Amino acid sequence: MSPEIVRLMLEALGQTLYMVAAAGLTGTALGLPLGVFLATSGRGELFQAVALNRALGLVVNATRSTPFIILVVAIIPFTRLVAGTSIGTTAAIVPLTVAATPFIARIIEAAIREVDPGLIEASRAMGATPLQIVRKVLLPEALPAIVLGLTLTAVSLIGYSAMVGAVGGGGLGDLGIRFGYQRFMPEVMAAVVLVLIALVQAVQSLGDRIARRVNKRLRDA
Amino acid sequence: MNALTPFAGALPLAAEAASRPPLGGAAIRFEAVSKRFPASRAATEVTALDDVTLDVAPGSITGIIGRSGAGKSTLLRTINGLDRPSGGKVLVDGTDVGLLDSAGLRALRREIGMIFQHFALLSSRTVFDNIALPLELAGTPRAEIASRVDELIDLVGLADKRGRYPAELSGGQKQRVGIARALATRPRVLLSDEATSALDPETTRSILALLKRINAVTGVTVVLITHEMHVIKEICDRVAVIEAGRIIETGDVYEVFARPRAETTRSFVASVTGAALPEAFAARLTPHRQGARQTVLRIVFTGDNATAPVISRLSRSLDVDVTVIAGQVDAIGGRPFGNLTVAVPARQDVVEAVVALVTSHGLQAEVLGHVA
Repeated sequence: MSPEIVRLMLEALGQTLYMVAAAGLTGTALGLPLGVFLATSGRGELFQAVALNRALGLVVNATRSTPFIILVVAIIPFTRLVAGTSIGTTAAIVPLTVAATPFIARIIEAAIREVDPGLIEASRAMGATPLQIVRKVLLPEALPAIVLGLTLTAVSLIGYSAMVGAVGGGGLGDLGIRFGYQRFMPEVMAAVVLVLIALVQAVQSLGDRIARRVNKRLRDA
Repeated sequence: MNALTPFAGALPLAAEAASRPPLGGAAIRFEAVSKRFPASRAATEVTALDDVTLDVAPGSITGIIGRSGAGKSTLLRTINGLDRPSGGKVLVDGTDVGLLDSAGLRALRREIGMIFQHFALLSSRTVFDNIALPLELAGTPRAEIASRVDELIDLVGLADKRGRYPAELSGGQKQRVGIARALATRPRVLLSDEATSALDPETTRSILALLKRINAVTGVTVVLITHEMHVIKEICDRVAVIEAGRIIETGDVYEVFARPRAETTRSFVASVTGAALPEAFAARLTPHRQGARQTVLRIVFTGDNATAPVISRLSRSLDVDVTVIAGQVDAIGGRPFGNLTVAVPARQDVVEAVVALVTSHGLQAEVLGHVA
């Protein structure tokens, strides 16, 4: 492979990492409160608001069922509003975030619903406010599951980021399509795939390691 | 870990109990409390509590015993407002729990500690941090939390487990953490929801001994629910028997053991006093005297007469052959209590003489039936 290709690969890797990190962080910032709300606003729950819970659930499901490549194109006006442009790596962060947020919300919701309801009852018996229950009980207890879920999200985002070449987002996937496929350079395609495999492996092992560290449930006494 | 752990926290707790104003009347009063769970898709309407009226004396250990589904858990949960009665009211130190807004209810809950069958400890927090939780929730300053938690860790005998996580503890140790946590905010009432039901007998005894000691030293009013009569026997002063949402019997524990009235109470009492007959033997009992060779009697030893040598007197002064079938001598609330099932020849005059002699010693005798 020529030094030029290697330079392109490094640049594309940087773009992928930038998009995934930015969309992952923003998606978590938005998806965390949304997920907490979804998990605690059902009937008889801490912040009971059944109608709003249903409405948000519908929006989340709708977003999640839209194929990502269609989502990217469909929200171009919104992307332009937020990023000032609809083309380029930074602009691609907008659709990635829009896709990641409901995904993360569902992951947080599932993680919180796994927390033993007995703990919620015990904290109520201690005189905790609903917000205290979320902060001091639900989130810390759900943390191992949340970390694993966010790892899953990061891996999915790496996959999604391969599609934003459609709007000039760049990144590894784009490089693989343009050089490996359109210019008949199979070695570039192979190299891109290998880098992606290594990246996903690294993200997954890091996530697993953090999840193990924060999980105090299974320890050798 | 056992009941003999030195009672390191005694002094500060005793001081704190003394500084508290004395409570007049009942610590907790249930007035005609009822609770109905409305019909749902899954079930028809359930009446969990039906016109329950009960007083819990301040500083007492009161046990509420019932089988599963009898309503005891719901009754306990009305005390700290986890369940709201559908009718009647619950007064805690004179405060009507049903009239409190959510802030008032949270303030009340800080006055009421609670321990749970499955401990309800946070797996993500160490022993220290679990005990600190109610203090954090109440906004207690950090330094104060540290000294209070250390005091409690000593009280429950877990000084060497301070930084451990619940997953590293045994069941008994977890419940000790639960007890320490429940006491953190210096509550006046401690609620125990089947706190020993998930523990083995020996651990149960040590946890019950700890509860009793805490009650004695701090004067905290303990209300516990259980389905096991030995828990009542072990530590309670007062007992209420609940069945199908109604209190069917209530009284001093010793009195209820000595003279159970309701059928359910009798079977609870029999389960721990040795009054239950061996099954093969019970099957042979008939209510008919005709053709029977022996009559089976239960003698209950209570109070000052519990140690009377009545069996030897029966055989000596009445010249009756007495066969011992089952029996147990025990202490309830520190007072001797015994139960003996015997068989004597099935003759009217013999049985009457035996009953008369037993009664003359201040004991109770009851004919259970006859065997061929």
